[in-house]
Parts: sequence; structure tokens; C-alpha cells
Amino acid sequence: MTGMIQVRIHGRGGQGAITAAEVLATAAFKDGKYAQAFGKFGPERRGAPVESYVRISEEPISIMQHVYDPDIVVVLEPGLMDVIDVRAGMKGDKVILNTDTPCEGCVNIDANCIAMDAIGKAIVNTAMLGALIKVTGIATVDSVAEAIMERFPGPVGEKNVAAMKKTYEAVQ
Amino acid sequence: MPNQIIEGSQAVAKMVRLCKPKVLAMYPITPSTHIPETLAQMKANGELDGTIIRVESEFSALSACIGASSTGVRAYTATSSQGLALMHELLFATAGMRLPIVINVVNRALSAPLNIFNDHQDSMSERDSGWIQLYAGTNQEAVDMTVQAFRIAEECLLPVMVCMDGFYLSHTYEVVDVPDDIKGFLPDYQPEHCYLDPNKPMTIGTWAMPEPYMKLRKELNDAAEKSVGTIQKVHDDYAKAFGRGYGDGLIEVTGEGSTAIVSIGSVCQNIEAVAKEKGMQLVRVRCFRPFPRQQLIGALKGKKSIIVIEKNAALGLGGGAMFHELRSALKGSDAKIACYVVGLGGVDVTLDYLRKVADSADSLGDGEVRWQNE
Repeated sequence: MTGMIQVRIHGRGGQGAITAAEVLATAAFKDGKYAQAFGKFGPERRGAPVESYVRISEEPISIMQHVYDPDIVVVLEPGLMDVIDVRAGMKGDKVILNTDTPCEGCVNIDANCIAMDAIGKAIVNTAMLGALIKVTGIATVDSVAEAIMERFPGPVGEKNVAAMKKTYEAVQ
Repeated sequence: MPNQIIEGSQAVAKMVRLCKPKVLAMYPITPSTHIPETLAQMKANGELDGTIIRVESEFSALSACIGASSTGVRAYTATSSQGLALMHELLFATAGMRLPIVINVVNRALSAPLNIFNDHQDSMSERDSGWIQLYAGTNQEAVDMTVQAFRIAEECLLPVMVCMDGFYLSHTYEVVDVPDDIKGFLPDYQPEHCYLDPNKPMTIGTWAMPEPYMKLRKELNDAAEKSVGTIQKVHDDYAKAFGRGYGDGLIEVTGEGSTAIVSIGSVCQNIEAVAKEKGMQLVRVRCFRPFPRQQLIGALKGKKSIIVIEKNAALGLGGGAMFHELRSALKGSDAKIACYVVGLGGVDVTLDYLRKVADSADSLGDGEVRWQNE
């Protein structure tokens, strides 16, 4: 990895976009990197479009602004593709999309299905991290698993780790 | 590499725990909420010694702190925006009673319109209350300032606000070093004055006729001005003990150039990067009260042009409070001084925008004020 990697996660209020960002940053730190995670806060309510951001770098990060030019975009809900320009400002070309209907030009993964199997709920934030790290290598599976367990100790964490690993394996 | 990745609010709460306040009276308000929340969780886990008083408003929070501090114990609270505004009359009382209370102010815009996002209008509006005001540039500095604040407060018998930007700092997960212990840097609070003890009777915060009232206000002003030396000494001691310092403790100067940008808070991270690109100097104000007049005059000597960038507006006067104070301090200097009011109500002050600000240096007139949304 050279330079700083910037990730933008699009989700809907209640899907855990900010938690995913925090877990990813924690994992990157465990891998020995500097990281920063934050959300674009607003009058969120369940279902409204939200964004969260992660920066990962070998060097200390001294930048305090939203991510306008992401290297990678993660979309937690396919309906967002119709209402948000998820590619806005992108430097990279990788959009990782949770969907059961493949979208051209995206890395498509049916994370809902995986999350239903592993967790019993269509909560895909941790599952989508598996896809993200498979495609980009910006954090290791072990570190993400550890970060998930720290955030959700016990059976909830274990189910989320299972979903993350399944997605990691499912993505080409 | 620092020892953990943690949200800014949680990092500050961890440091507050190490400072062992005996009384914490807090009323959660966005974006300061995660500080009381984390401290309450620590209390529930048996990790926090102090007593948490649940109050029904910010007015009560500071009132409870005043009561606690008046008995000679360390007292602490955290708040934001309307919460700080509701404390307004008690802020003046705290300073007037010379009570060394520490507040973490998580900066947020004031109503109306209602807005939960970051700017500095809340704390800047309390600048003449007699409190020392420190502004963090990073989460690391917010952590370091918090422990320094208790020592400064107790050595000067003045209350201290540690200001950190709402969301930008408070809600950002970052790599931060939070010490496991503070190695005696902050001794137990042993009050010698301004506390109530039946064996050593004294009255504080009482009625005063005009002459003694004015005498006490003058003494308060002198104490606030004189606290400059203590703020620097405490900063230097901390830098020695923990290996982290920030300029001279009052201002931090980075880079060189005939144009200087003067600013405050976490936006200085972006400004520093742009100033470096553009061959300009950044003077970051770390301590706004007492106003570091001599240090700023020294740092800005010989500059051709000075741009003040700040997240507050002196409504009806134009420009921000710091701009007007700096112009007054630099009266007689040849430098052209202009102001940008930015980031009100959380408008993102981006690198791209700051490049435009830097490029505008030559076109700015002396005393000119521009707003980011103009």
C-alpha cells in the first residue's frame, strides 16, 4: 500500500455504516497502520441515506474533512444507487455493492443472503467489510475479525465474524 | 505509534478518569454526549472513583460543580453549545469565586436556526467570563490539554475550558496515545484558598459593594493575564514528562513565509497542509484566554500579510472575535490583516477551499472580511 487510502461507505440510517467504518479503522490499526474513521452526521433517522469515511495510511493522518475523492466506495443497500451518485469524486473505480441483482461496473455481492444465513438478520455492515478487504487488501481478515469481536463480544460478534469471512470467500 | 485507536470523546473521558475528579456533574448534549456517557459507563464498571451527579440541566451541572468545588474538591463537567449558553451566568460566578473547575467544551453552533454541528460560537461567546480557554488542534492535544487544564486551574485558581471541535474531533476514531497513568503530573488537589472549611471560615461569591466588587474584578483580570506563565510552565512540564509539546504552549508556529495564517482549532490540520503548499506560515492559537498578545506580536513581526481564519462571527461588527483582537494587538504594524469567517454550523472547511483562501492573499484589503459562503 502506498500513500493514503480513502474509503466512503454509503448506507441507510440503522445499517451500521459508521460502525463498519470504525471497525475497519480499528482493524487497520491492528495491522500497524494509522487510520481515521468518522461519519457525516446529520438528522439521521432509520432509512435515510448516510455516509461514513475511513482513511488508512502508513503515515500519521492530519486531514479533517469529509472524503470527497474516495479510492473505494462501499454501498450497503442497492436502492441507494438510484438516489445517490455514489461515484461522485471517485479517484478509484471500485464500487462494492450489496445486491442480488448484479450491477454492471460494480463488485456485486449478495451480502443480505450471507447475513441472513450467518446472523439471522439482513444487517450487512460487517459482511461488506469482508468484501472490501478481499478486493483491496487494506486490512487483514484476522484484524477485522478481532476488531468485530472487540466491538461485539460474544455470540453477536462471532456471527458477524462468520458473515464477514463468508463474504470474503464469496467475492472474486 | 500511539497506543490505541479510539474516538476523541472516549479518549478525553479516559484522561478525565486519570485526573480523578471527586465530583462530575454532567448533562449530556450533542456533540459532547459521548464524554458523560463514557464516564458513566466507567462508573458503572467500578473504574471511576468520583461521584457522578445526575442533573436536570446544564445550569444545574455547573451549579453542582460550583458547590463541590467550594468544598475544596476537584470538579468536572462537559457540555456544548446551548448547554454552555445555559451555564452563562454561572461561568462568570465560577471565575469570580476563583473555583478551579474544568469543562470540556465540545464546540457546536448556537441557535437559531437549530444546528448541531461544529463552530466556535459557543465558547467564543464566553471569552470575557474570566475562564482560561484552550483550543485543541487534534484529539491527541485534547487529551493532553485535559490533564494540563486541571493543573493550570488549580495553580491559578481559575476555571479552564478545554475546547475541542464537535464531530471533527469528538466523533472521529483516530490513533491517539492515552497514558495509562499520569505519573504524578497532576497531584491530588489540596486547596489552600477559596473553599469552605468550618475550621478556617471564609466567605466566597458573596455580595460586594461597588468598590470591593471592582477591586475583585480587577484582581480576576490580573490573575487571568498572569496565568500565561503557568499555562506555559504546565505545558513544558507535560512535554518533558510525556514527550509531546505544542509550540510554546500558547501558540504554535509552523512553516515560514511573508504571509501568515492565524487560526484556531482542528481546522488548522487542513490549514497547515495548505500553508506548506503555498509557502505560508501557520500560527495556531492554542490558548485564546488569556489572549497571547505578546507571543502573537512576536510571531507576526515583519509579516506582509495576515489572514485570520475562524469559526465564529462577531455579529454586527463583522469578522470573528480573534480577528478584531489581533488587529488591536498589532496596531501600528505594517501588516495587512484580513479575516475569513468559515465553517459556521459545520460547513466543511476543505483543503480546496483553503487553497482559494491562500490564493486570495494579495487581493485582500486591510481589515477586509469575507465569509466562506459568499
